[in-house]
Amino acid sequence: MNQIIKGATGDWELVVGMEVHAQVTSRSKLFSGASTVFGAEPNANVSLVDAAMPGMLPVINEECVRQAIRTGLGLKAAINNRSVFDRKNYFYPDLPQGYQISQYKSPIVGEGEVSLDLADGESVKIGIERLHLEQDAGKSLHDQHPTMSFVDLNRSGIALMEIVSRPDIRSTEQAKAYLTKMRTILRYLGTCDGDMEKGSMRADVNVSVRRKGDPKLGTRCEIKNVNSIRFVGQAIEYEARRQIGILEDGGKIDQETRLYDAGKGETRSMRSKEEAHDYRYFPDPDLLPLEFDDAYVENIRAALPELPDAKKARFIADYGLTPYDASVLTAEKETADYFEAAVTSGDKKRDAKQVANWINGDVAAFANSQNVSVSATHITPAQIASLVDLIAEGVISGKIAKDVLAILINEEKSADPREVVETRALRQVTDTGAIEAAIDQVIAASPDKVEQAKAKPTMLGWFVGQVMKQTGGKANPQTVNDILKAKLGI
Amino acid sequence: MSGANDLTALTIAEAREGLAAKSFTAHELTSAYLAAIEKARVLNAYVIETPEKALAMAAESDRRLASGNARPLEGIPLGIKDLFCTEGVRSTACSNILGGFIPPYESTVTSQLWRDGAVMLGKLNCDEFAMGSSNETSAFGPVVNPWRRTGSNVGTNAGTLEGTALVPGGSSGGSAAAVAARLCAGATATDTGGSIRQPAAFTGTVGIKPTYGRCSRWGIVAFASSLDQAGPIARDVRDAAIMLRSMAGNDERDSTAVDTPVPDYEKALSGEVRGLTIGIPKEYRLDGMAPEIEALWQQGIAWLKEAGAKIVDISLPHTKYALPAYYIVAPAEASSNLARYDGVRYGLREQGGDITGMYEKTRARGFGKEVRRRIMIGTYVLSAGYYDAYYVKAQKIRTLIKRDFDLAFAAGVDAVLTPATPSSAFGIGEKGSADPVEMYLNDIFTVTVNMAGLPGIAIPAGLDAKGLPLALQLIGRPFAEETLFRCGDVIERAAGRFTPPAWWTP
Repeated sequence: MNQIIKGATGDWELVVGMEVHAQVTSRSKLFSGASTVFGAEPNANVSLVDAAMPGMLPVINEECVRQAIRTGLGLKAAINNRSVFDRKNYFYPDLPQGYQISQYKSPIVGEGEVSLDLADGESVKIGIERLHLEQDAGKSLHDQHPTMSFVDLNRSGIALMEIVSRPDIRSTEQAKAYLTKMRTILRYLGTCDGDMEKGSMRADVNVSVRRKGDPKLGTRCEIKNVNSIRFVGQAIEYEARRQIGILEDGGKIDQETRLYDAGKGETRSMRSKEEAHDYRYFPDPDLLPLEFDDAYVENIRAALPELPDAKKARFIADYGLTPYDASVLTAEKETADYFEAAVTSGDKKRDAKQVANWINGDVAAFANSQNVSVSATHITPAQIASLVDLIAEGVISGKIAKDVLAILINEEKSADPREVVETRALRQVTDTGAIEAAIDQVIAASPDKVEQAKAKPTMLGWFVGQVMKQTGGKANPQTVNDILKAKLGI
Repeated sequence: MSGANDLTALTIAEAREGLAAKSFTAHELTSAYLAAIEKARVLNAYVIETPEKALAMAAESDRRLASGNARPLEGIPLGIKDLFCTEGVRSTACSNILGGFIPPYESTVTSQLWRDGAVMLGKLNCDEFAMGSSNETSAFGPVVNPWRRTGSNVGTNAGTLEGTALVPGGSSGGSAAAVAARLCAGATATDTGGSIRQPAAFTGTVGIKPTYGRCSRWGIVAFASSLDQAGPIARDVRDAAIMLRSMAGNDERDSTAVDTPVPDYEKALSGEVRGLTIGIPKEYRLDGMAPEIEALWQQGIAWLKEAGAKIVDISLPHTKYALPAYYIVAPAEASSNLARYDGVRYGLREQGGDITGMYEKTRARGFGKEVRRRIMIGTYVLSAGYYDAYYVKAQKIRTLIKRDFDLAFAAGVDAVLTPATPSSAFGIGEKGSADPVEMYLNDIFTVTVNMAGLPGIAIPAGLDAKGLPLALQLIGRPFAEETLFRCGDVIERAAGRFTPPAWWTP
């Protein structure tokens, strides 16, 4: 749904486009053999090329090219068999060459799209305009010395994919969903780890507003380098309100680059259009145009993993899951794999919906409490499978199963639930003799309740509770019900 | 053999023979050159001499020669243009901005020369960042051409410079002067718009700019990446062929290097040009061209014709646009290539209060006038609003220039014969001080070759009335360096070789 923001003078609509910078998963940099490992000592991962020593030349890293093609295919985008690397010229100490090698006029990937499933059940498509490869810059450190700045070139030359969306995003929720989905797709493809905390993924957010119903786009501001999905939401909210305020006061929006200050929760001007750099783009004469044939692309396509949209559809069709459950399970490939491993554990078929309920319910709650994903908990798919089986076989009730899970979580971390049930004597009592004895005891102890139950059959629940208490919860609830009804004559 | 001077008179081919025959040792040969260099410092050809390295390399060569494991260039003493990065040896592109820069790496071309047994004598002077046609832009001062005008008083008192000394051409002025003055057996050079061929022409030496991509650019300080190409300057065609074989080859560290086999260029010197078609482009006949240049050209045509080549008149209609287009493309690339010299990581740094101040002071002090001029031209032609009018148009012209040659080659032309330069060597300080274009016009016959990425060779063909060498240029098909050596050899046999008297020796 398009987000409508109420202003003092009427309703406003939000228009957002995004440029996602995603670090390509690759052992070495875009044009050098230096390592891309995160967290190394400053300037440990710097080759002669990265430091722009005299006479050094860039050589394209083919793995980065393949990753860009994979990503393009994952975004259902056109792959350009010929693309060109350009130089974007500007001076900065963390840019050793004095230019960034990027792709300006001829990117490696053209138009594509991303589908978003929103919480209200609505589904929207966000257009992708292009994806291009470019070098990251190094990092300037201004807090290491009283009068000097230091430069760490470990990031210098690392491959980034810049993924540019069309201005199709119409709400903060869509913007957050877009980034989340982008991260999901990149992680499925294995082309970017999507770790925003480490700077592996960041977004430049273009925000404009217009009167509701106005077909014309307003003047936009670009909020640079927002590094969390939550901040993207906050930055858009703030920026939209700021722009509406200016417009309603009769002002006009200056096209400019802004920064989001997460501490203050506001955006502020970085540089105006007039101060914008003239980057003097021109084709990099050190590199030939990047060319490959269709077969090259098709080989990559053939080896693509199942992507989130396809997996979700399959989970709904093959396992009978609800769209919601399927969405939750496929948001991370590891969770989807975990689910499928649990469903098929021990070469046995079991109720996938039950498996989904356990994973999205109690296991997810535990995972959240640990701040990890389901697949990263110590609870294994086999343990979940075993729990579901124990319930299906009538060995334990759902309630006991929760207790068993708690034991697995807190005490016997790698135990087989079946063993836990045995060693702790949690097996459901199906022996009618034992159950009858317990029922007789309850009836004998509460003659008044027996009378009341005859008048009001819903009192049965009280008796069931008493019997379960008597049996330590192990009595089969159905059996208890049946015998109680017979004995109470209701 | 006797006496050091005799050894420096030898060509590479002759020295190779003498070493193999054990007529002298690599140590003796290298020592002879080191002595000659010491006596010729007035020429300012070397910006750094590396005698210890040279003698150590010569000692290794003598071991190899003794054990019968000689490599192709075993014990041959060479000079290296300062544009090549040499591991552990100061490499500055003759610019203050690189200060005392000592690279921890060796350029591909020089490492191949050392792989093949050559001996390094030192680094040779050149125009700053190879930008110049006279070697006058070097931070180390100009190189003096070993040639003097007839009747000149330069060097009348041995070892001194009186009167007007001549430039050796540029940018590879140190390379050309050192080869001509026998301060090395051969030298590496680079050519972006004529920087091998023009100084070769001014010094009576042979210089070949190979096809773009024939030699790796890795480790050579970049001027204009799409035009830069390394090549040798040598005493004669055979020596140039011997050197190029070692210098050429693919390199996975240079994406623009081409993976095509390196032939044994010496085998091309058959003395035979029968069956070859030589094109004579009418556009190279300039208004007001010196009659001597025209006469030289006609002489070259006659020699090739006599040797059996077929001569045809051809047209390369876009030639006149080559120089202006070159002076857009080359500075554009240079303005970007030289952005890395910012005082942050190596070379000169001038403190300037803040980062912008540091950039401004470092680059203003580090770069000479001509380099600053080209950075400004290049920055301008790439700027928003001017890019299409200048850079894009120049690239279109470049395509047309290349097509002119393609059509000529497709019509059966094997090589194109032109003059190498519009004049012989001029005096230091004589040209370009008021109008830089006067200096740029030196490259009028040579820039087309770089713009088209073709191989071109300059062959000394005679002396002008002032007693100074003049040269012819042969331009070939891509990777047809063998044809150029073959034709050049025929011209050389007819014209003879040209050596200046050693007036500089004290």
